[in-house]
Amino acid sequence: MPDSTVTTVSAGWALAAAAILGLLVAFAAVLDGLFSARTAGAGPSGMTRPLGETARLVRQRRRTTVAADTLLWRIGSSGLLFMALMIVTVVPLGQWTLFDLDVGVVWFNAMDVLAWAFVWLTGWGANSTHSLIGGYRFLAHGLAYELPLMFALVAPAVAASSLNVGTVAAAQADLWFVVWMPVAFLVFCTGVVAIAVWGPFTPALGSDIAGGVTTELSGVDRLVFQGGRYALLAAGAAFAVPMFLGGGNGPLLPGWAWVLVKTSALLAVLVWLRRRLPAVRPDLFMEVGWVVLLPAVLVQDLLVAVVAVWRT
Amino acid sequence: MITAISFWVLAVVAVLSGAAVFWVNSMARASYSLALSFIAVGVQVLLLQQNYIGVVTILMMVMEMAVMAVYMVMFMGMNPALMPMSMVHDKRQALAVAVGVFVALTAGVLLVPWPARRGAPAEDVTAALGEELMGPKMLAMITVGVVMAVTIVAGVVLAAHRTRYDRFGDDLRRRPAHDPQPGGVGR
Repeated sequence: MPDSTVTTVSAGWALAAAAILGLLVAFAAVLDGLFSARTAGAGPSGMTRPLGETARLVRQRRRTTVAADTLLWRIGSSGLLFMALMIVTVVPLGQWTLFDLDVGVVWFNAMDVLAWAFVWLTGWGANSTHSLIGGYRFLAHGLAYELPLMFALVAPAVAASSLNVGTVAAAQADLWFVVWMPVAFLVFCTGVVAIAVWGPFTPALGSDIAGGVTTELSGVDRLVFQGGRYALLAAGAAFAVPMFLGGGNGPLLPGWAWVLVKTSALLAVLVWLRRRLPAVRPDLFMEVGWVVLLPAVLVQDLLVAVVAVWRT
Repeated sequence: MITAISFWVLAVVAVLSGAAVFWVNSMARASYSLALSFIAVGVQVLLLQQNYIGVVTILMMVMEMAVMAVYMVMFMGMNPALMPMSMVHDKRQALAVAVGVFVALTAGVLLVPWPARRGAPAEDVTAALGEELMGPKMLAMITVGVVMAVTIVAGVVLAAHRTRYDRFGDDLRRRPAHDPQPGGVGR
């Protein structure tokens, strides 16, 4: 099996990683604004929408509610951004990484599970019925998407015989994992979209419950929560690159450039999907997750394991 | 040095947030202070270079607390769990037992003559720990794992008051099934 060739950079580069994540967030937000405006027939004016929204939210006064659990509310609404930052620490940018953890794949899993806590806490903290219902809608989605997501992460790890993200990326020099484990890749993308409460998984923020989890969120808290959703989408896309899309492998360009190109491309697709897929009802999706996704991804894992044993 | 300081800070966080489970007056705060306590322990395990076990501890415990939030609403009838409530019952006896156990354990920690380290830690500590715990019993442990999973499923099946006859009718021919909560696959 190929060995990891990544070098760990000093902790100061974490700022650079955060800046790259920030740029990806801005890219995703502008793209989403553009798609929104095009749907509404407003031309390219949507590009500045994220900027205006940011300015509006920074100036907005915080809304307070009666008997709010402020501590947990703030922890929840800022948590998604924290998760995204923690995820990108183990994603190698070409040959550099911030945190060359030997169990990086499990690290991603531990961080994505935090969404269960943070989204629900955001819904809980406001002491508002609608936002609590939104929190429970997210947990219902979580019960359906989490196990398939976990088993989707198993496939690349088994194929590379390693839980280290750099080693998994290096194992795809000949053939990208997405080619022979497409089911795991699709389920992984579903999981990323779900932890970002994006696209089909927006019933937790649904307009039928007055915005769900975000009902009472205002000002900076709302900005950080919404920014955190884009950041999770970007971090998930970035993590898919070493796991399924060959890491830094590619012709002509250096490794770090390929990682950024692939991340941006996948991120753009995920942003675009928001308007292409219907919202999935948590109660109906529960059965889809357990009856369709979980068996499908288990069969995928079995095939990958058989191939891995046959190769050695 | 930094490792030692972080270890002690995390130890204090783990103990205090564990104690906070009983001080706070809301189920959400109690659940998540327990989660924080376990996260601190997980990071401590990371500091002991048991990376896999440390990260998995964080993963399991956060998820467990979120699942607890689900059950809090499912099984607590009129939802007292959503209102401020005391986290302790039977205070006097519980306090006596807790203090007794704490004193016994602390006395054990302080009085037992701990052996000095012999030899060096293994190359892969997680694998070495698994080998030490399971040894040649690995096959038996794997079997026990499957048996436990089957037991859980069987327990749920036995506890559910609806059977397949309620779903598919007496001749098991009714399609789609008659469910109080329809699913997305339309079975």
